[in-house]
Order: sequence, then C-alpha cells, then structure tokens
Amino acid sequence: MTIEGIANLLKEKFPDAGIEARLESRHPHVIVKPEHWLTVAEFLRNDPQLKFDWLRCITGVDYIEDKQLAAIYDFHSTQRPAQSDGLWSARGELSVKVLAPRDNPMVPSVCHLWGAADWHERETYDLVGINFQNHPDSVDDLNGRHPRRILCPDDWQGHPLQKDYEFPLEYHGIPAVTEFGQTRPLHG
Amino acid sequence: MADTVLESRPDLNLDVVRDEIGDVRTEEMLVNMGPQHPSTHGVLRIVLRTDGEMVLEAVPHIGYLHRCAEKIGENVAPYQYIPYTDRMDYLAGMNNNLAFSLAIEALTGLEVPKRAQVIRVIFAEMNRIASHLVSMGAYGLDMGAFTPFLYAFRERERILDLFEASCGARLTYSYITIGGVTDDVPERFIDVCREYLDYFEPKIAEYNNLLSFNHIFVKRTANVGIISAEKAINWGLSGPSLRGSGVKWDLRKVHPDCGYDEYDFDIPVGQGLKGQLGDCWDRYFVRIQEMQQSVRIVRQALDKLAGTPGEYKHKSGKSVKLPKDEIYYEIEGARGQLGFFIQGDGSQIPYRVKARGPSYCNLSITNEVVKDCLLADVPAIIGSIDVVMGEVDR
Amino acid sequence: MSQATIPWIEPVPEKRVAMRRKALLVLFGGGLTALIVGCVMLGVFRALPDQVGTIVFILAGVLPILGGLGLIPLGLLNGSVVLTTLGFAQIGIGALVGGLLKATPIDPLVVGVLLLVIGPIAAGLAMLTAAGVIVAFKQVVQLLLMRWTALILFCGGIVSIILLVWAHAFVFRYVAQLANDTTLNTSATTTFGGDLTIAELSTRFSGNWRPVAFVLWPLQFGLIRDLIAMGGVIGFISIIPLYTIWWERKVAGRIQSRLGPMRVGGWHGWAQSFADGMKLICKEDFVPPEGDGTLFRLAPYLAFVPAICAFIALPFATTYVFRDLDVALLFILAMLGIEVLGVIIAGWASNNKWSVYGAMREACQMVSYEIPMGMALLVPVMTAGALRLTDIAKLQQDGFGSWLAWNNPFCLIAFFCYYTASLASCKRAPFDLPESESELVAGFHTEYSGFRWSLFFFAEYAAMFAVSGLAVILFLGAWYGPLPLSWAPAGNDIASAVVRGLLFDGPILFILKCGLLLYVQIWIRWTLPRIRIDQVLYACIQVLLPLTMLVVLGSTFWLLFDNSAHPAFESFAKVVRGLLSLVGVVISIAIAGFIIFGFVNRRRLVGTLAIEHFPGS
Repeated sequence: MTIEGIANLLKEKFPDAGIEARLESRHPHVIVKPEHWLTVAEFLRNDPQLKFDWLRCITGVDYIEDKQLAAIYDFHSTQRPAQSDGLWSARGELSVKVLAPRDNPMVPSVCHLWGAADWHERETYDLVGINFQNHPDSVDDLNGRHPRRILCPDDWQGHPLQKDYEFPLEYHGIPAVTEFGQTRPLHG
Repeated sequence: MADTVLESRPDLNLDVVRDEIGDVRTEEMLVNMGPQHPSTHGVLRIVLRTDGEMVLEAVPHIGYLHRCAEKIGENVAPYQYIPYTDRMDYLAGMNNNLAFSLAIEALTGLEVPKRAQVIRVIFAEMNRIASHLVSMGAYGLDMGAFTPFLYAFRERERILDLFEASCGARLTYSYITIGGVTDDVPERFIDVCREYLDYFEPKIAEYNNLLSFNHIFVKRTANVGIISAEKAINWGLSGPSLRGSGVKWDLRKVHPDCGYDEYDFDIPVGQGLKGQLGDCWDRYFVRIQEMQQSVRIVRQALDKLAGTPGEYKHKSGKSVKLPKDEIYYEIEGARGQLGFFIQGDGSQIPYRVKARGPSYCNLSITNEVVKDCLLADVPAIIGSIDVVMGEVDR
Repeated sequence: MSQATIPWIEPVPEKRVAMRRKALLVLFGGGLTALIVGCVMLGVFRALPDQVGTIVFILAGVLPILGGLGLIPLGLLNGSVVLTTLGFAQIGIGALVGGLLKATPIDPLVVGVLLLVIGPIAAGLAMLTAAGVIVAFKQVVQLLLMRWTALILFCGGIVSIILLVWAHAFVFRYVAQLANDTTLNTSATTTFGGDLTIAELSTRFSGNWRPVAFVLWPLQFGLIRDLIAMGGVIGFISIIPLYTIWWERKVAGRIQSRLGPMRVGGWHGWAQSFADGMKLICKEDFVPPEGDGTLFRLAPYLAFVPAICAFIALPFATTYVFRDLDVALLFILAMLGIEVLGVIIAGWASNNKWSVYGAMREACQMVSYEIPMGMALLVPVMTAGALRLTDIAKLQQDGFGSWLAWNNPFCLIAFFCYYTASLASCKRAPFDLPESESELVAGFHTEYSGFRWSLFFFAEYAAMFAVSGLAVILFLGAWYGPLPLSWAPAGNDIASAVVRGLLFDGPILFILKCGLLLYVQIWIRWTLPRIRIDQVLYACIQVLLPLTMLVVLGSTFWLLFDNSAHPAFESFAKVVRGLLSLVGVVISIAIAGFIIFGFVNRRRLVGTLAIEHFPGS
C-alpha cells in the first residue's frame, strides 16, 4: 500500500485525529496528534492490511519556531517470503510524525506494541525531552514521571538537543568551559 | 530441593519451605559486568542479578562513550561531519561514511558518478569483511579461543593495507564522502585486491575448521540466546543478528542503492544447523557466510571497476546546500541497518542529524534474551549480537 | 641496543629514595627473619620424635578434609548438590590419605619441611632476591641489555638447571653412602640420613685427603645437608616457570603466526621472563582496602608452598629425589590438593565478586576432578603393586614396550583420563574457568598484582610440571629411554656416562618427557575454546568418573588373569601389549611428524601476503 493510501485509510478511520499527510516531502510522512497516537499506533500494528511490525527508528526534533517537539516514527512492514528464494520483502514503509506542544511534550509510549520503542523512547526523552507516558522503564524525580535517561547520567538536567539548551558550566566539579570561555558551539 | 516442594505447594513461601526441609537459604547477588570488562566489547555495563552461576536478569547501562555526535551534526556542514561518522562504528567506518553520504545525496539530489559507486561498493564490502573478521575473532576470544582472533587480525591487516593505500587511514577513513569518494584507487589496486581475495577465500574454510565446527565452540553457542524471528523484528534487530533468526531480509536486496542490484549474491540466513533456529551459533555463522558473499561482490565490482573510467567524485559535494526538507535513509551496514535522519533548513548546516545505530537497537534486546542463563552465556550472547559501543553511545 | 639510554633509570627524587630505603629494610629484614625462622623450624623438627611427626603428618591428610568442610557450605550456598557431594568426597579422600599415612613409617622431617620450613625459606629467598634486584637494578638491567652477557647467562641457565638437579642429588648420594657405613641412620626410609661426626667424616678420606673432611665440616649436620638440598629444589622450581612461560609464549606465537617475545636478551627473547619478573617485583603492591588484608597476603603462599612440597617427593631419577617416600604418589596428590585452599582464600579475601566466582569455580572443579584423577592413577599403581614412585619407575626400564601406558588397554585409557583430569586440576585450557578472562575478568587473582600475582603463576606452572611428571613416571617410562636399560654402556668413563644419561636413564630424559607433555598442554590451550561450568562438571561426573571406575574394575580383572596361572590369557596379554606398544609408536611418530612438518613449512603456512605488505601502505 502506498503512503497516500495509508494516509487516506487513517483519515477515514480516525476522522478527529487531525491526520495530515505530507507527501511532497522527500520523507513522506503522516502527522498525528499525540492524544490519538496510541489508538493509531495500535491500528497500524494490528491491522491485517498494514501490519507495521518493525519500528526502525524514533527521531526527536525540536521545531522551536513552531513551539513544537516532534517524535518521528519510521516503520517497515515485513512480508514473509512468497518467492522461491525465501527473500523477505517490504510490504510498505511509513513515517509518522507526532507533534507535541513544547511546553508540555507528552506522547503515549508504544513499548507494548514494539519492543524496539523502549530504548528509542528513552533516548528521545533524554536528548530531546519528549516525555513518553507509561513507559515501562520510568522513574519519578523532580521533573515528574518520565522514562529513565539512557545516554546522559541519571541526574543530568535539561535535554541537550533542544535548541535553547544551555550547556552547564560545571557537572559534579568537572568544568565545562573551553579555553575561550565559550560554552556554546560557534555555529549554534 | 526447595524448588520441587514449591512446585507442588505454590501457596508456601520459599523461605518457609527452606526452613522446614532444612535447605540452606540462598541470596541473590548483583554483579557489575563492565564498563571495564574484557568481554563487553568496550564500555558497556551490564548489571547482572545472579543466583550462583545462574543469571536471572541483565540490565544494560550505556552512555559511557557518549560524544554528542548528533549535537555536533547540528553545528558542522555535512562534509565536515563525515569524520564524525567514522567514529561511530569504528570497525566499519566505510559503511558509516556511505550511509551519511547517501542520506545527504538523497536529500540534495546529488548525482554520484558511476565509477564512484563501484568504488563505494568495493570499499563497503571490504570493510564488511574486516568488521566481520573482528567480530568472529572477538567472539572466539569471548569463548576462550585466542588463536582465531590473531588469524582474523592477520587477514584484516591486509584489508587495512589496501584502505591505507587508498585513503591514508587504517581506521577512520572518511574515504567515502558526499558526492563520491575522496580519491581514486591507487595503481595496481585491482590486482592486489584480487590477489588478496584469492588468498582470503580459502581461509574461511580454515576458520570453520578451527572455530565454527569445533565441538566445544558449538556446545557453548548452540541453543544459547535464542531469538525467534517475531521477537527479532519486534525489537528492531537488523543485520546478521536478524538474519540469524532466519529472516532473509537485507536492504541491499530490498532497497538496492549504489547499484547493488547489478551484483549477484546470496543472503545467508540462520538455519538452526547446530541447535535451535536463532541461537548464538546461527548469528555467528551468518557472519562467516556473509564474508564469502562479500568476496563474491567485490570480485564482480573489481571487474566492473576496470571497465568504468571517469570521475570519482561530484564537484559540488563539499558545499551542498540542504533544502528545507527532511530525509530518513538506511543502508545495510556491517552490523545491521544504519540509518541517518537529516532535517535541513535551507542553509549548509543541518537542523537536526540523528543516527540510528544498528548496535543500539540490537543491544536493546539484551534484557529480553539474557535471562535464566549461565554466567558464561552472557559473553556468548553479547558477543553474538556484536555491538560496537562507539555506535551505541554515539 | 647494547648501550641504549634507559629512560626509567634516572636519578630518583628524594621522596622515592626514602621509600625505597624503607622497602629495602622491609625486604632484607623480612627475608632474613623468614630464613632464620625457617632454619629454626627445620632444627625443631629434626629434634622431634617420630610420633609427633606422624601426628603432624596426619594433618596433611586432614587438610583435604578441611577443604571438604569448606566446600560443603559452599555447595549448599550455591544450591548445588554436586558441590556438596564433592565436599563429602573430599573429606573421605582426606581421611583415607591421613589413615594411610599414619599406617606407614614416615620421616617426621618431611612434615616440618612441608609446612613450616619451605614456606619461610622460599619467602626469605624470594624477598632477598627482590631486595637484591632493587639494589642492583641498574646493573641488572644493563647486564640484560648486553647481547653477549645475555647469551652466556642463558646457557648458564640451562646448565644450572641440570646442575641444580644434579648437585643436590650428588650430595644425597654422597652423604647416604657415608651414613650407611656409620649405621647412624635412624630413619631408614629416606636416602638422607642422620648426623655424622667429624671423625666419621674423616674416615672417608685417606692419607693426604684427610684435611678435606675438615673443610666439609658443615656437612656433619643433617640440617645443613637439608638446606643445601632444599636450595636445589627451590632453585629448580623457580627456573621451571620462567622457562615454561617463555616457551609457552613462543609456542603460542608460532601457533598464532606471530613471533612471540623477540627483544629481551637478544636471542628469541629468552630473557623475557626475567624482565617480566623484575617488572613484577617493582610493581605496586596493592591490597584491596576493603578486603581481608591478612588472608589476602597469606593466600599466594598457601597456593605456592604446596606446589613446591609436591617436588619433595617427585623423583627426577632413581637417586635424584629429595625424599624417596614410600607413599610418594599419595603425598604429591595431597599436596596438589591443598593448593585449592590458597585459591579459595585469595578469592574470598579480595572482596571482589569476580574473585569469589573464580574461587568457587576452582574449588568445584579441582575437587571434582581429583576423584577421576586419583582413580586413573590407581591403575598403574595396581599394575606395579607399589606406591613408591621409584619402584613403579623401576618396572619400566626394559624399553618402550615395558612402559605402563601400554601394559594393558585399561592403562592406556587411564592415561588419557588422567591427562584430561590433570588439565582440569591445573586449571589449564579448556578447563581454565577459574581465571577465564572473558567471563570473570581474571578470576580469583583479579585483585592481585606484582609479586603476589606471580606466586600464583609460579604455583600454576610448578603444578603443571608436577602432574606431567607424575604422568611420565606412572605411564611413560619415567626417566628411562625407549631402549632397554640393559643395552646401556656399563663403563665408568665419561663417554659412556654421557650416552647413558642422554639415551637410557637420568633426569635429562625425564625433563624432556615432561616437556613433551607440557607442550601438549600448551598446544591444547592455544587451540581450543573454553567449556562452560556445567559442561565441566558433566565431563567429570558423568563421563570421566564412570569411565575411570570401569577402567579400575577392568584393570583389576586383567591383573587377576594376567599371570602364570592362566597361560592362555598371559600369551593373549602379551600380544595385546605388543599391539598397544605399536599404537604408542604410531602416536609418538605422528606427534613428532606433525611438529616437524609445521616447523619445516612454517613460512608457507603463513602465506606470502602476510609477509609482504602492499606498497604504499
């Protein structure tokens, strides 16, 4: 099924999910509101026609000008071999962009649907700050309930890939100032 | 003894049972494997919950080698970013260069000359061989066999010689770059490369005799760490780790880029030859067979290179302007599907670069697989997944 | 290379001078004290009556029992029925050994030597050597860096190995000769008798040679003679690991198509082990602050001393033996069994979970493999009808066909069983689980460094040599050549002595045979992967143990029928013996052919590409 067909199918199934399709992009994708994402995801995973069983990647992007954080999901749908050479093929590819408001970036976790989401969601929380609700590996701390950090230390403050992130001047006594007294990269 | 009693009386408390029948109370122990440990292949740290030699649970902790590669990507032009990709999967630098270059080329629509494509295939496949050699040798080392490791490195040195002659580097190549490759192959390259392949191919049988079919090795790896095909796909495994579970899936066949569709090669998959399908031995043996296939591809590519004169590089590769658009591009790297997400904003510098390391996704299944096995099986499973921490932590 | 500047030999700063002075004081003081303590203990034990010695000796039998007692809780903690059972089995063996030892007349001195003398003396000598090296560090390094000095030292090393073995044996023989004449020998079970008076010494010399007796006056004390002999044993044991390690590294290098050590000493890196030893002595002496310091310091000696003690009873040739015990075999097995205590203590005292794992594995593995090992050794013992190693050896002096390994089919199987079990009990690959670096970092010696660490290594290599020696004596014709001893030239001249020593009889042949078995151990180590703990126990309990039991049973029946009462079976046995000898010949020739083939083709096997680099790279 083409991405256009999938988008139409989703619009039909979830008329109030605010589904938009961006087909002109080099990375054609479907935009879903976070509050509907869980039902859409379940549909994508379980619908016998679609069966997107392979979550390839979750990318977090900080669209600071739109005041939005995006979680971009890339899926494969694998097809068991029909040909004699036993080669598996892709039934379809899909990208879904879940746009969450920057001041309260809550997106439901999909770990129960795709095991691969576990670490990707943790990383996206860690670096971009999208809070995945009901993540199986969650912790409670001053920042509320959120997935456990994965790349940064557990007590790290802030999310380094947000565009307004200020690099800390010091971490547990380790100075983080360059010899030029500069704390942000030149191009940033 | 307490366990058998418990099976018949599930309502009893374990400690009470032990007190009653006079069995000794045992305690579970938390053991910290890594970040400095010989068999975690870098700075992986796994917290093991053990009961004697049994491992009940393994929780991996990563991030010890985090070098902000994605943050750097948002601050340098793509051409400058190529050396950083080398340092992700430092055992297969060529494949990383290739993935990033292809992603940028797909985003900007840059045309790559034909000759460059052939050179790219040769170097990507040679690097795949080199990477699988390290993987195979290190896996033998995990199992306590030292000698295959040295043999693997002996063969890998020759490949690195070829790389060094071509680009001057032995580990961090930055050879494949945006719009082609940095330089043409040196004189006599085709002959020497062919000579090497003739020398190398019979060695694979030697490794099989020495390690793959060694009785002890098979006993250690077969029926250990079994991953079913469904589980592998669900956890996003890719590369040899996925194919070891019997899934014949390879991006070189599914979405051929660089002209992979012009080459004749097979996709080896695990068949459960020595144990259950998807065990450590299957994953290991897929790598051995892949080396054979890579040799086939390189042979064909060398023939093709001899008949493909012309440019090796697109002129404007150094100064591409990224459109206000995004791309997610994956290739089949040595360890699995290596993907780059790039968001452009109209300038030379990407708005966002995200790398999907195959090791990262493959490692995330550890929690699921390393369960109720022996302590000695932990290196066997981790080694068979073949992670490179530089790529996991980025 | 000869006069290269050595960056680390620079003027030492003030503070380090003080530190070094302190270290020297400790080493010299400690070394001398330990030496004196050892000598005093030796004197005390000489003075003790037989009964006390016997009681102490039972302790040697009791020590395995203690080990077993330690194992039972370990097994229970581990939830392992196997380990617990093994603990009980160890107790049984210990009781058996103790009982057997008590029942036989034993020289009390052996016990003293065993636990309280050799330890301090070895430690004292080692500490003094360390102090000496530190004092003369600059000179020693420069000496090693000079090409020709090195070669001379190397040759000297080889010669000294032979001399050390020979020298103390010579003293034994000489004094025994004296003692036999004077009927002062109270404990006749040893070759090294009681005290001599100077008058008796002087009766041995006639005419103008009489003053020589006065020069040799120290020899009148048994104490002095024992000290000389012990110096020989300890010196020999120190040299074995040094050369075995160097050899292992060379063999490993060749197996892995590289060169191995090539630098130190000039010729094929022969002095590498000396350089490493010096490095180890100078390394930081780390004791884990959270661990049990006393036990941590004690453990390496507990592993090292029993390994030396095994050499007390291990004969190198008929007369080249420190104490020719009538229960030598049991004694050596008991001593090798004690080593496990040191390892367990090391693992426990390190306060490191990996060390505990290593120690547990070691305990489990070593104790379980001792049972099939002992069972396999019963076969040649039954065949020979003796426990005294020199007696067993004497049966094999009639050439290749008389070696016990080909005596009957069960003996041959027992030999392979014993060899496998000995690999496991020496924790050599594929049974090197206690120190498996890919799982347990370094196992029980994770926290050890420097000299203490090297003591574990010494113990391991000494034990390797000891088990190989046992295999040679019990199965492979001891110190006799493949030709019958009766063919040897009988003359007293040097030429026939040399021929006898090289081809027919003597410690050189013994060391060569041990070397061959060591080589096979090395070969296996660098070829095979490591097996898993459950497979280790499976191989022992379910394969080796039943097999050795069957072998013992079969061998018993064989011996029952293989005598003049059953002429038909006797002739059948003769045919079988001939066939088995042929098998032995084929195996020997195959191994030799393999080695020669590899040596001749060593360049071709590597391949041209691996030698010539691609131009431009």
